[in-house]
Amino acid sequence: MPIKPRTSMPTQEAEARKRNFNEVALGYREEDAIAEAARCLQCKDAPCQKGCPVGVQIKDFIKAAKTGDWAAAYDKIKETNSLPAVCGRVCPQEEQCEKLCLLGKKGQPEAIGRLERYASDMAMKRGVNVQKPGDGAPGKGRKVAIVGSGPAGLTAAGDLAKLGYSVTIFEALHASGGVLIYGIPEFRLPKAIVAEEVDLLKKLGVEVRTDVIIGRTVTVDEVFAMGYEAVFLGTGAGLPKFMGIPGENLNGIYSANEYLTRTNLMKAYRFPDYDTPIKMGKKVAVIGAGNVAMDSVRSALRHGADEAFVVYRRTEKEMTARAEEFEHAIEEGVKFHFLTNPVKFLGDETGWVKGMEVQKMELGEPDASGRARPVPIPNSNYVMECDTVVVALGTSPNPLLSSTTPGLKTKEWGGLIVEEETGKTTRDAVYAGGDAVTGSATVILAMGAGKKAAKAIHEDLQERAKKA
Amino acid sequence: MFKIVKKRILTPVTKLFEVDAALVAKKAQPGQFVVVRVTEKGERIPLTVAATDPGRGTVTIVVQEVGKTSSMLGRLEEGQDLLDFAGPLGKPAPLLDSGHVVVVGGGFGVAPILPIAKALKSRGVKVTGIVGARTKDLLILRDELAESCGEVLVATDDGSLGTKGLVTDVLKKELIDQGVKIDQVIAIGPMVMMRAVAEATRPYNLKTLVSLDPIMVDGTGMCGACRCTVEGKTRFACVDGPIFDAHKVDFDEAVRRGKMYAAEQRVAFDRYKAEVAK
Ligand SMILES: Cc1cc2nc3c(=O)[nH]c(=O)nc-3n(C[C@H](O)[C@H](O)[C@H](O)COP(=O)(O)OP(=O)(O)OC[C@H]3O[C@@H](n4cnc5c(N)ncnc54)[C@H](O)[C@@H]3O)c2cc1C
Ligand SMILES: Cc1cc2nc3c(=O)[nH]c(=O)nc-3n(C[C@H](O)[C@H](O)[C@H](O)COP(=O)(O)OP(=O)(O)OC[C@H]3O[C@@H](n4cnc5c(N)ncnc54)[C@H](O)[C@@H]3O)c2cc1C
Ligand code: SF4
Ligand code: FES
Repeated sequence: MPIKPRTSMPTQEAEARKRNFNEVALGYREEDAIAEAARCLQCKDAPCQKGCPVGVQIKDFIKAAKTGDWAAAYDKIKETNSLPAVCGRVCPQEEQCEKLCLLGKKGQPEAIGRLERYASDMAMKRGVNVQKPGDGAPGKGRKVAIVGSGPAGLTAAGDLAKLGYSVTIFEALHASGGVLIYGIPEFRLPKAIVAEEVDLLKKLGVEVRTDVIIGRTVTVDEVFAMGYEAVFLGTGAGLPKFMGIPGENLNGIYSANEYLTRTNLMKAYRFPDYDTPIKMGKKVAVIGAGNVAMDSVRSALRHGADEAFVVYRRTEKEMTARAEEFEHAIEEGVKFHFLTNPVKFLGDETGWVKGMEVQKMELGEPDASGRARPVPIPNSNYVMECDTVVVALGTSPNPLLSSTTPGLKTKEWGGLIVEEETGKTTRDAVYAGGDAVTGSATVILAMGAGKKAAKAIHEDLQERAKKA
Repeated sequence: MFKIVKKRILTPVTKLFEVDAALVAKKAQPGQFVVVRVTEKGERIPLTVAATDPGRGTVTIVVQEVGKTSSMLGRLEEGQDLLDFAGPLGKPAPLLDSGHVVVVGGGFGVAPILPIAKALKSRGVKVTGIVGARTKDLLILRDELAESCGEVLVATDDGSLGTKGLVTDVLKKELIDQGVKIDQVIAIGPMVMMRAVAEATRPYNLKTLVSLDPIMVDGTGMCGACRCTVEGKTRFACVDGPIFDAHKVDFDEAVRRGKMYAAEQRVAFDRYKAEVAK
């Protein structure tokens, strides 16, 4: 029997969407979702589940979906994934669950992410019941502090709150969500969804204290002195990398973090209704080819750029962006210049960037990461014109915490050293997970780390109570 | 929310606020700043800590109204709240333990100079203050500064008080040229003033510090908006500074980057003024 193609998800037309910040993917209608669920073979060994970093019981949730029982599907997903409406939108499913799906061997894999998204959206629409833990919950009367409100911190907070712990999240910025709120744009992940997830945590009893920079406003030592028995660090990898080439501080050159923070957190796309401005460039160059670069270049179009293009020193094959984002970017008219590497930025008489000198590359031997190393081709330099540049070459963990917390050790590049299974750092009662440990990775891996650490914190605190 | 417990109007465009912010009050050191947001749709702006009262749990800031956000802030009254007040950020000012330090404040810059002068005095350092403004009525916090300084010298553009001229004229004529021994100069104020001080002391190899005020967003090292070039290297003013060796700062770049949003700032300010006038 030939395998039916996967049910497509309605999206905004490329021509229209590239000029607005509304969500690109509109999500399934119920009949789409049921048709898609019907494709699932309910394999005995459910290979898909092995591809999910947090082990969502995919087979069972789709089984519920087949009958249109969205509440049951949602509850099933929620057992292991605390932010399904987010993950359904931003997980790289094609490299995880969907990659292993049996249907994919002969045709297109089950659209697991789309179903996850639909089930969560339905649940949110109907209102999610939050059950506060009762008086007998094991964590009652004990305080745990979470630093950072990204996916790692939110997940750890949720799991601990469900066990009855009094959980406080300390967040440096004025809003919660980490990269979900300042990095990933509205057109891919509506901020209302992130806010809803944070609200659910608050209903569970989690206290969120924004404007507190741990290491500056209070140190980890002082957090313990405030009566917290354990601290989880989910501080992410927020430090932008620049290229260190001439002209990088010209006006009009942004780190992706700044470009996206102005756009998303500060809502510069609604300037002057919102106060924070952004340069609405006409010709915008984005350097890099991960999710961050795709988000930047597509934001540039939405800010009104006539032309927005990506410059990347390797090829399409080595790109790290989600397949869907790459496709969407192409549909929207983003141009890609592969095997091209900037060596110098050029400015006009007022100090604004007006172009960059680039060099053509070719692929050589694989490097330490296993990817082919780009090698410059001699005498291949030329100039590309642009009036705005976004540097999206990755980020590393902020040294603020490691430098203000005695006993906290990091790897050379800044990642916190932890025990893999528990998230225990080198400092007693301090745990960590997410990008702060791994460097820039994914939402789901950060959540998985938050989950593991929450479990370890619970076990360690119960152990300590027994001893006392 | 952070309550304004006291407001003082220092000049028509310069306001002092004492804000309820217990955690920041306990921690802030001279030279550090906070990031403030006034409204839900508002910008995050950095303001230097002018004083702290850890006992009362308050932090004092002084804001000069130059655009939309600073003007909205300036109109707030006692009892009203600031939406966000995050800090303390940046590195504390490096302070000498002995000798003679000249602190120079221009415009709102007198406020950030105060805690530095105070701390220096308590360490037994001799402190001389120089303050400048266009005219007498725009000079702020002179009495407060006098408490920490052996002497406060004044420069006004119109000569309405002190020496007619700039702070650099006073620095040169009344101190350097007189052979007064100076171990360090710390200047805070408008970029043009800080730059002029740097140029005035450079020929004498007189160690000079300035507090750069580039455009910032987060203030924690996350965005790189605040980058500046010091000794040929890119630095993030919010974490590596804001205080740097004046003789090593690329002022051309700093001035240029400060103007990045001049057009947008005008749009926002004009709209705001029209709204307020209504
Ligand atoms: C633009 C962009 C697009 C992305 N797209 C995808 C995608 O499509 N799919 C995907 O799976 N992943 C994507 N990622 C990666 C993913 O977002 C991250 O891996 C994930 O958010 C990491 O989660 P985290 O909880 O470890 O840290 P973060 O999300 O970075 O959150 C850390 C939080 O801690 C706060 N913090 C830091 N230091 C302190 C301190 N000292 N005190 C208090 N608070 C502090 C920060 O302000 C922040 O809110 C993207 C990343 C970016 C930047
Ligand atoms: C570390 C630091 C400490 C400061 N301390 C004080 C202080 O104690 N008192 C005081 O009155 N001012 C201080 N400033 C300057 C103050 O932040 C700006 O005046 C304020 O942001 C102007 O905002 P606006 O909307 O009113 O004006 P706008 O019209 O937006 O801009 C007017 C001027 O302010 C600068 N500016 C604009 N936005 C920012 C921003 N987000 N961050 C920094 N500068 C910006 C612009 O370059 C421009 O020159 C400090 C700046 C820094 C970086
Ligand atoms: S592997 Fe694919 S077909 Fe099999 S259970 Fe998982 S989703 Fe369904
Ligand atoms: S203000 Fe963002 S890094 Fe300094």
